Amino acid sequence: MNIHEYQGKEILKGFGVKVPNGYVAYTVDEAVEAAGKLGTTVTVVKAQIHAGGRGKAGGVKVAKNLDEVRTYANEILGKTLVTHQTGPEGKEVKRLLIEEGCDIQKEYYVGVVLDRATSRVVMMGSEEGGTEIEEVAAETPEKIFKEVIDPVVGLLPYQARRLAFNMNIPDELLGKTVKFMTGLYQAFVEKDCSIAEINPLVTTGDGEVLALDAKLNFDDNALYRQKDILEYRDLDEEDEKEIKASKYDLSYVALDGNIGCMVNGAGLAMSTMDIIKHYGGEPANFLDVGGGATAEKVTEAFKIILSDKNVKGIFVNIFGGIMKCDVIAEGVVAATKQVGLDLPLVVRLEGTNVDLGKKILNESGLNIIPADSMADGAEKIVSLVKEA
Amino acid sequence: MSVYVNKDTKVIVQGITGGTAKFHTKQMLEYGTKIVGGVTPKKGGTEVEGVPVFNTVQEAVEKTGATASVVYVPAPFAADAIIEAVDAELDLVICITEHIPVLDMVKVKRYMEGKKTRLIGPNCPGVITSDESKIGIMPGYIHTKGHIGVVSRSGTLTYEAVHQLSQAGYGQTTAVGIGGDPVNGTNFIDVLKEFNEDPETYAVVMIGEIGGTAEEEAAEWVKANMTKPVVGFIGGATAPPGKRMGHAGAIISGGKGTAEEKIRVMNECGIEVAETPSVIGETMIQVLEKKGLAEKCKTH
Repeated sequence: MNIHEYQGKEILKGFGVKVPNGYVAYTVDEAVEAAGKLGTTVTVVKAQIHAGGRGKAGGVKVAKNLDEVRTYANEILGKTLVTHQTGPEGKEVKRLLIEEGCDIQKEYYVGVVLDRATSRVVMMGSEEGGTEIEEVAAETPEKIFKEVIDPVVGLLPYQARRLAFNMNIPDELLGKTVKFMTGLYQAFVEKDCSIAEINPLVTTGDGEVLALDAKLNFDDNALYRQKDILEYRDLDEEDEKEIKASKYDLSYVALDGNIGCMVNGAGLAMSTMDIIKHYGGEPANFLDVGGGATAEKVTEAFKIILSDKNVKGIFVNIFGGIMKCDVIAEGVVAATKQVGLDLPLVVRLEGTNVDLGKKILNESGLNIIPADSMADGAEKIVSLVKEA
Repeated sequence: MSVYVNKDTKVIVQGITGGTAKFHTKQMLEYGTKIVGGVTPKKGGTEVEGVPVFNTVQEAVEKTGATASVVYVPAPFAADAIIEAVDAELDLVICITEHIPVLDMVKVKRYMEGKKTRLIGPNCPGVITSDESKIGIMPGYIHTKGHIGVVSRSGTLTYEAVHQLSQAGYGQTTAVGIGGDPVNGTNFIDVLKEFNEDPETYAVVMIGEIGGTAEEEAAEWVKANMTKPVVGFIGGATAPPGKRMGHAGAIISGGKGTAEEKIRVMNECGIEVAETPSVIGETMIQVLEKKGLAEKCKTH
């Protein structure tokens, strides 16, 4: 799950990580009021969307007085920002962060992520702050330093010091930097983050170490124990179909094509997309109904697929292990009847209780096209959609 | 011969009184797996499918002599269940549970350092040695006894590959699902090593997916050490970057973990990669024919 920058900063503040003072604003008047409350000479107006690259897209402006705050807030609120992370359709700005300006001495990068190779959390640091860390990694990998953290003892002070020295943080700010890094790591583990990225971390003229930006992502599997994080969820930032799917514990990702897919198992679901493409079609979605699907869940999955107006045909591809084919078959029949499906539907069933499943489909009297294999099913649905 | 499990492996089921676990306990027993006990706190003294239930893993091990366990415990309690099995000094723990918080697994892996237990999974279909022992959730009837080893990050893709091999007359030694999570107990290389040393395994199918670099590392290991042919498949060639494809570990981030890159490295390391999931079996047969192993591997 993603959250906004201002929310991330709120969380970090609770762990002793210093951030500039600021307020969230939903309207131009609120923005001006917030700037008035801050009372600083320079105020930053920042678009709050769940994507990076906001500055380049014109979503971050520095205002020198309240009139400029009003002008910029007016300009950015309601604007659709297109960045390298939003996709070509962009994202509409509905919230602003009004923040005090600060006297930046230098920009750095600090990030906490899971390192899959070591199965440990690592903290990365670089003195090349402010730019995309992927670019730094590609061009000057020697400028990125890593500390692998033992979960038993957490980030040790010497590790934070070593990272700070490697990043060339001035000695007089060492203590504050260590405190910053320790707080960042604490936030990461206590809030079940999957990413905690500060880019840039800045040192200021008055000797502070601040998080000028904050990108926090959370492990969806841990949200059951992070109720306060769930409060931060902004449904405006998510795909409507993906929201609906998550309510039914379905794993759904919207794509651009016209062949709806319903599959069990993530690997098979991905490969079903691949094979549709292989036969010249375009998948409309990734959808894993999971292992514990019920007929009701399958019905909801069907409705979600059909709510995508681009869908011209559906391919159901099931290899049942934990999932029983008869349950899927019952769900498919119920859903087809309920929604009055008039699009081509190809179903491939294999695995646990397969005969029972096939029997249910055959006896339903519905126009369901059976497939013998994944390739057979993909070929059939692609040609049916092309004919339509 | 086989890897990890055989007909004599005594298994306990953790979380045996849950619905999914009950269903699969029955299926495992029908397959011939030696399920000797189950564990659910406060349900000690009861029975599931004729199998005695205990309150703790330690008690179950003492009373039954089990050396392996399979975990169906719900995600919030799964890390604790795995550690309980490790402390009871089981040789093998297979964790089927999905959606375990990744930081729980970071702690579990740290805890397991220096311990004798091998963990397979989590978020995996389990391990099956054809005609001997099925520990997990895979449909038993698709597996046939033979000489191909299978290792995979995806459950359903494992079934797909096994089904194709069996239908073509090529049985399997053992199929190992290592799971779709970013932090898991056993990786490709661990399993490839076992298959390389197993005299009954003549060739291996390795199924990966987008995210991380485990396939690339395994490919390098294959190039340097493997004496048997390996055929691969990678799921997710059409997955958009930055989106999690169901499995917690299946995500392309920062340009890393693409199918294209994995396939490139695997090819470079001498691994033939099937173009679609429908031809994993065919690709294996072609490779076996080229190496003159087809005859030896054909079982039925």
